[in-house]
Amino acid sequence: MSNRKLAGFNTAQMADISFLLLTFFMMTSSINVQQGIPRRLPPPSDSKTVVDINKRNVFTVVVNFNDEIFANQEIIPLNQLTLRAKEFLENPYNSPNLPEKEIKLIENLGEYSVSKGVLSLSNDQSTSYNMYVQVQNELQRAVNELRDKVSMQFFGKKYDLLDTALQRAIQRAVPMNISEAPPTNFGKE
Amino acid sequence: MARFKKDKKRELPALGTGSMADIVFMFLFFFMVISNMRETDVKVKFIVPGASEIQKLEKKSLVATIYMGMPKSENENTLPPGKVSVQLNDQTIKQENFVRDVRDFIAVEKESRSDEDRQKLTFSIKADQDIQMRYINLIKNELRTNNALKINYATTKRERKQAESKE
Repeated sequence: MSNRKLAGFNTAQMADISFLLLTFFMMTSSINVQQGIPRRLPPPSDSKTVVDINKRNVFTVVVNFNDEIFANQEIIPLNQLTLRAKEFLENPYNSPNLPEKEIKLIENLGEYSVSKGVLSLSNDQSTSYNMYVQVQNELQRAVNELRDKVSMQFFGKKYDLLDTALQRAIQRAVPMNISEAPPTNFGKE
Repeated sequence: MARFKKDKKRELPALGTGSMADIVFMFLFFFMVISNMRETDVKVKFIVPGASEIQKLEKKSLVATIYMGMPKSENENTLPPGKVSVQLNDQTIKQENFVRDVRDFIAVEKESRSDEDRQKLTFSIKADQDIQMRYINLIKNELRTNNALKINYATTKRERKQAESKE
């Protein structure tokens, strides 16, 4: 009895079954990662809070119904927006018509002069969503590039590679202030 | 020369299929881990815009998605007839119920999360790149009035374009 061979378990069909399961999973699932530009909406309020912001501290970006971009009343192509926004936020030579700076004490950075600049964005109801996202993207890029610069200066690393605490310090040094004005309605549907 | 002569009598060993199952199972688990189940069928056509400054959303369970685009079939509800339709959960919504449906959607999504997760809940807007801002503004307005302030514009990844130097 003991030397009788045990019947071999046939494993060839197992591969078939597992292939079947594999194909099933591949078809029912999606591998696309959720990614995008995160934004925070202002909290709902009935009364309009009028914040008096000095004119030099505001960089207005208007996108009209033809998807043309006006930065401070001047028409510019999309690929110049980042440069303009960077120049505005950074104000390297403390020019009197670019935003004021306020010296703040920031943990891990020490005293840093933080720009008071606000990017004000407004669009038309007929602006395309794509252009809106591109403009948001370019403004985000301006802030990201400035953050990278400050980060290189202080820590010798890119912003993305820093610890959360240090990232927060840089966020305070280079804040992202975008305010959205109510849309205009000049274009056709 | 005889050395290279093949021995005709020797049989070719059978290909072992036992380990094939293991390999396929490995694949299976790999796919199960990296993918997430598609729980809704999307009834609108959309191509999201591309952007370079994007962030990944951390957790799938903390994201509620709003789809906007052209309807895939004629039976779907659209906001103005023949225009953009908005899909929440499994259905496209009717224009006359827009405010109520969006409010209910936000309330249900918030309700189904714990208090801690509710703070992190993000509403991701997956909208076609060619639609006009008026529809996006409608949704944004509703989200804002219903206190759902964390939003995300879903985009695909593209490289940074070279900035034009200022002359």
